[in-house]
Amino acid sequence: MSDMNAASKRSADADLKAFESAAKRKERVRQKQVLKDEAAERKRSAQSGFSNPANPRRSMLLTLVTGIFAVYCLFPFVYLAINATKTQGDFTSTFGLGFGHTFALWNNLREVFTYQDGIFGRWLLNTILYVIIGAGGATLLAIMGGYALAKFHFPGRKAVFAIVIGAISVPGIALAVPQFLLFAKLGLTDTPWAMILPSLISPFGLYLMWIFSEQAVPTELLEAAHVDGASEFRTFFTIALPLLAPGIVTTALFTIVATWNNYFLPLIMLKEPAWYPLTIGLNQWKDQASTAGGQTIQNLVITGSLVTIIPLVIAFLLLQKYWQSGLAAGAVKE
Amino acid sequence: MKFDKRIIAMVGVAAMLVPLAACGGGSNGSANGGGKTSILVWSWEPTLPATVKGFEKANPDITVKVTNAGTNKKEYTALNNAMSSGKGAPDIAQIEYYALPEYVIRNNVANLSDMGASGYKSFYTPGTWNSVNINGGVYALPMDSGPMALFYNKEVFDKAGISQPPTTWDEFYEDAKKVKATGNYITSDSGDAGFFDSMTWQAGATPFSTSKDGKTVSINLTSDQKVKKWIDFEQKLIDEDLIDTKTPGWSDDWNKGLDDGSIASLLTGAWMPNNLLSGAPDASGKWRVAPMPTWEQGGKENSENGGSSLAVIKSKDNAKTTAAYKFIDYVCHNKEGIKTRVDAGAFPADNNTLSSKDFLDMTTLKDSKGQPNEYFGGQKFNQVLSDAAKNVVSGYKFLPFEVYARGIYSDDAGAAFTDKKTTLEKGVATWQSHLVDYAKKQGYTVKQ
Repeated sequence: MSDMNAASKRSADADLKAFESAAKRKERVRQKQVLKDEAAERKRSAQSGFSNPANPRRSMLLTLVTGIFAVYCLFPFVYLAINATKTQGDFTSTFGLGFGHTFALWNNLREVFTYQDGIFGRWLLNTILYVIIGAGGATLLAIMGGYALAKFHFPGRKAVFAIVIGAISVPGIALAVPQFLLFAKLGLTDTPWAMILPSLISPFGLYLMWIFSEQAVPTELLEAAHVDGASEFRTFFTIALPLLAPGIVTTALFTIVATWNNYFLPLIMLKEPAWYPLTIGLNQWKDQASTAGGQTIQNLVITGSLVTIIPLVIAFLLLQKYWQSGLAAGAVKE
Repeated sequence: MKFDKRIIAMVGVAAMLVPLAACGGGSNGSANGGGKTSILVWSWEPTLPATVKGFEKANPDITVKVTNAGTNKKEYTALNNAMSSGKGAPDIAQIEYYALPEYVIRNNVANLSDMGASGYKSFYTPGTWNSVNINGGVYALPMDSGPMALFYNKEVFDKAGISQPPTTWDEFYEDAKKVKATGNYITSDSGDAGFFDSMTWQAGATPFSTSKDGKTVSINLTSDQKVKKWIDFEQKLIDEDLIDTKTPGWSDDWNKGLDDGSIASLLTGAWMPNNLLSGAPDASGKWRVAPMPTWEQGGKENSENGGSSLAVIKSKDNAKTTAAYKFIDYVCHNKEGIKTRVDAGAFPADNNTLSSKDFLDMTTLKDSKGQPNEYFGGQKFNQVLSDAAKNVVSGYKFLPFEVYARGIYSDDAGAAFTDKKTTLEKGVATWQSHLVDYAKKQGYTVKQ
């Protein structure tokens, strides 16, 4: 009985496989046909001068230029990935774009997280803390502020606009020293607040959310909600917020990247290594090589840098469609 | 549902803020708690933190926190920021000998003479004691020293046919040619102000001095014949392409050069061994140490390069000042404190350690995993370095704004090395005029 069953199952499996491979073959043929048709269309459009945006003409030159650019952009990453697999000895003695004599990636990773009593882990947590509270707070403030500026009419709106635009044009670095003196007076230097409070402010995020709210949230919808008796807060959270989602993700990405990569602010604000973010911590490790009696640990600096950028790479890959749609917001008037 | 999520998120944020606030309050490191005095130390020296345990055991009423300042320049910047904002300065700072006069003149560091330091003269090497003694006061205790020595790659020297390391600068020049013939450079210099100071110091020059009242500075780089002696020598090496002027010191390329032998020797401070071990690990066993070449046959004169002291930052809080002095006395004067650091690889500044048998007989360095490494091929390297410390010429003075001066040296004289567009003599003359201008702007009377 069971034999019979097994036999019939085997034959069913074989049938299924045959069916599957036939489907695959068919699909391959279809793909070939599509490619052929597209090539033919490009040829026709090249002759007639018209072209289909979904099937644009191919340009060798542009492909080459973008190719070179891609290589250029990926080069540091490749360097990082290769050199993270080397020991300190191999790092100094072997060619920069070739692998070393030993594959030490796992060892390096272990050392990165255990060196100096595992302070790298602390730096990672600090950075995450600054990103969640600093960048998260900045995003929240930008959303609420941008929405309010777009949808409420009150005296002084123009002045706020001018100030925000002005604030965008002042680079953060220019404000770092006055900020330091201010925070020193308040006794807040060398505490996480020195990192978090300045990170909460994102004029660009506010501007972005302002423009985005204007376009993405129809005023009629808000009026309808009000007529139905929704409070201002309820209207914002349940009606406006979902509509703003792509803009929110874009603003969040901007502020997260800015906070994650912030270097100058923690450099002057923080002296206590236990509160360092990754950027300053890695730099301190790098500096060890140039102090008398210091230990050279470039292998850990490189591996640590690789670990540092991985969360950002993941964030970009997951959220890139929002990033693009956010950047194009307002490009087309609908 | 959505509302619930929001509440959870808010509670989460609040939960994160609570410990944050708690930590923010505690991280000042200067609060007095439970009758204990806590002191904060800024340094970048890697062996200092190890001394805290022993000190706290001997002084249960004091707690010490050592904050890693990263590098010397970063610490000085942070110190200056703290001084000008009036807040956040540590109780103790690691200050290199060359930078100390600056903080003394600005009245930032405490005079330790009355606290017991005035009787320490015979305890320290002449070079280091000389450096912390400013205008009759003792403003820091020497924690380590950097008498100059010639570190060389014996394998490359052998290949070049050099059987004995050079003892005079003439021999050094001849050997430089032999090393060049093997396709390597005998050493590198791309415009390092600290090296300039050390080399002119060894040549017997005293280009800088400050009057006792701290109001008059003399700057004699261009008229001091002994400065010129070294400039002419270095220029000859540059002109004949006998030294590597393209590789900046402390860069990865520099480490690579030390590792593969393309930079075959170093004229540098006695703290170098551990840097060599971690920066050029593959060259282990190939390197040796020799005394500095001198200007005359049979000469012994030497100078210092680098080396740091611990200074007590002035404060109105007497308990802190006393506790801070206790700690630096433990690190720099107490046998146990010094031993802790020397065992971890520091080069001492006191005569007792420099002449102790254990120290002189050392043949190995400890690598990052604590394993012994015969980096100098079994040589008793400390015998050479200890002698080097005893032969330091005293009398050399740094500028009262040496940190600034060193910062602009490479702008003024660097082109003589890197692209050879100017000569070192002209570069140093530009440096001189910039230093004079700066001194005048700072309100000094300048003698040239």
